[in-house]
Amino acid sequence: MTKKNPISFHLSVEDFMPASDSEKQELVQMRPSVGFFRDAMIRLFKNKVAMVSLVFIILIMIFSFVIPNYYPYTYNQQIRGSEYLAPMQFSDQELARREAGEKVFPHILGTDNLGRDYAVRVMVGSRISLLVGLIASGIILIIGSVFGSVAGFFGGWVDLIMMRIVDIIYTIPDILLIVLISFSISDPLAALSKLPGFQWIQIVGANLISIFLVFALLYWVGMARIVRGQVLTLKQSEYVTAAKALGASNARIIRKHLLTNCIGTLIVTTTLQIPSSIFTESFLSFLGLGVAIPLPSLGSLASDAINGLNTYPYLLLAPAILISLIILSFNLFGDGLRDAFDPKMKS
Amino acid sequence: MLKYILKRVVLAALTIFLVATITFLLMNLVPGGPFVAEKSISEQAQQALNEKYGLDQPLIVQYKNYMKNILKGDFGLSLKQRGRTVTDIITSKFPVSARLGGLSVLTALLIGIPLGSVAALNRGKWIDSVIIVIATCGIAVPSFVLCTVGMYTFGVNLGWLPTFGLTTPLHYVLPIFSLSFYPTAYIARLMRSSMLDVIGQDYMRTARSKGLSQFISLFKHALRNAIMPVVTYVGPLLAYTLTGSFIVEKIFVIPGLGKEFISSISNRDYTLIMGTTIFLATLIILMNMLVDIVYKLVDPRIKLK
Repeated sequence: MTKKNPISFHLSVEDFMPASDSEKQELVQMRPSVGFFRDAMIRLFKNKVAMVSLVFIILIMIFSFVIPNYYPYTYNQQIRGSEYLAPMQFSDQELARREAGEKVFPHILGTDNLGRDYAVRVMVGSRISLLVGLIASGIILIIGSVFGSVAGFFGGWVDLIMMRIVDIIYTIPDILLIVLISFSISDPLAALSKLPGFQWIQIVGANLISIFLVFALLYWVGMARIVRGQVLTLKQSEYVTAAKALGASNARIIRKHLLTNCIGTLIVTTTLQIPSSIFTESFLSFLGLGVAIPLPSLGSLASDAINGLNTYPYLLLAPAILISLIILSFNLFGDGLRDAFDPKMKS
Repeated sequence: MLKYILKRVVLAALTIFLVATITFLLMNLVPGGPFVAEKSISEQAQQALNEKYGLDQPLIVQYKNYMKNILKGDFGLSLKQRGRTVTDIITSKFPVSARLGGLSVLTALLIGIPLGSVAALNRGKWIDSVIIVIATCGIAVPSFVLCTVGMYTFGVNLGWLPTFGLTTPLHYVLPIFSLSFYPTAYIARLMRSSMLDVIGQDYMRTARSKGLSQFISLFKHALRNAIMPVVTYVGPLLAYTLTGSFIVEKIFVIPGLGKEFISSISNRDYTLIMGTTIFLATLIILMNMLVDIVYKLVDPRIKLK
């Protein structure tokens, strides 16, 4: 083995020796693997706008769910003599009590026509708006993802019929139907709430139930279309074939393989659904078809404020600004989530 | 193409039929019928009223009559505005809403499309950022907030604009502003992203390298292609302005169909509610169908199934 002939077919023995430990070490990937979810989270945390919106959403949640429980006033407590107070103003009785050395909590945003503290009403109002948005999106998520995945998975005539149903529902003008349904079921629901076991209807209010009903009936179609599109491509994957070959049932494949793999789309679509649900609720509350009195919602607060707009403009300002900010921050956060989970979709 | 049009027409007809049926069923869900709430009404009078409006017949017969009458365009008599037919009320109120809605749609298109294009052509510059911020905020502000805030600042505080009615051109400013703000913002966003997409295409480079001026290449090639997503939005836009008019007409006291619909609900005027719902729904569904068909006709790139 002196000189190597370039066209010789002789094999070098060294090439066939077992690899040493140092050589093995070189082949090990240095970077720890990053999962899909963590990868998206890293991208999300880098997005400043989305993070600011998230912080704002959390702040609003604290203000609407936690603070009212410890607040010195409640949303339906009417204080005699302190009707229509300006922000930070005290009524005569309260001034007298202050003179006497008592501590009186100021009305930060003033009071309304019945002497109710406006700050706590706005907080409870945004609680209602947020709850409606979250619950409605939950309903939409469940119905839409099940319907869409079943249609996409089975395909054929099942898909055809299910998607025609979606097409029809999609073209029904939603607002008209919401107004109609909440009008027509309010009386039957009121009758139902008098029966034992249905008292909770009175607390929630017939209108709110009809809003949820309409969301459950109409609004899931967008979600169903998106999920179906995803499932149509996902069901071609090898792991679905493998699961089928191993004898997994259809329900298991949909639950464990298909829906878990479009989790990104589900999260994004649900988050973007929240502001539009809040939007619709405030629209209806503004028309007087929303939550039951005395429960406030941001829409009904704004609607009440219009009557006294000339004299008490500050009553309009707080709910109007808050609802816009809530919708804005959910929109921006949803956009951030979309960019994080699906960079290709970025517009 | 014919098959597609046929499919859309059948779908629209089916949806309208469904809406009419749902409306009928929902109205019959209300217990006691429309005359129960009426104060001090005798047994005989109630029976006479029920007979007059055909409410004493079984449900299926009522449904048949109702459908037959709808096909003839007859929605019956209004229950609360005595002596007027629903069709009469709709035909007298709708032109007001249509004018307001049409002007708002026009405003949204005329402002939104240039705004989005300007933002896309100046991508990354300050003007782009300003337009993006305006468009993002515009989508978040509900129309009732815009109405009330606009009414307070320009109507009450500054006293520049009238706050109710619809008699002079100046009266149109605030309602149109509140009604077209959201769609303008939406169209601007839509237009910006599709314009960005189009100006990156090969045929744009070809057009420039052929020696076409910036102006012609933008208007003849870019705008015509970029406007397609906006065309698809026109259907939802019309639906938005029609339902959005509920709030705008209520706040600005405009005697249009939207205000009529809302007051018919608080008055429990059943026939008027049914008539207005079916009329508006049919209008929205037909408009959507037309827009979809036009879209397929205009854009040859879309493959027909």
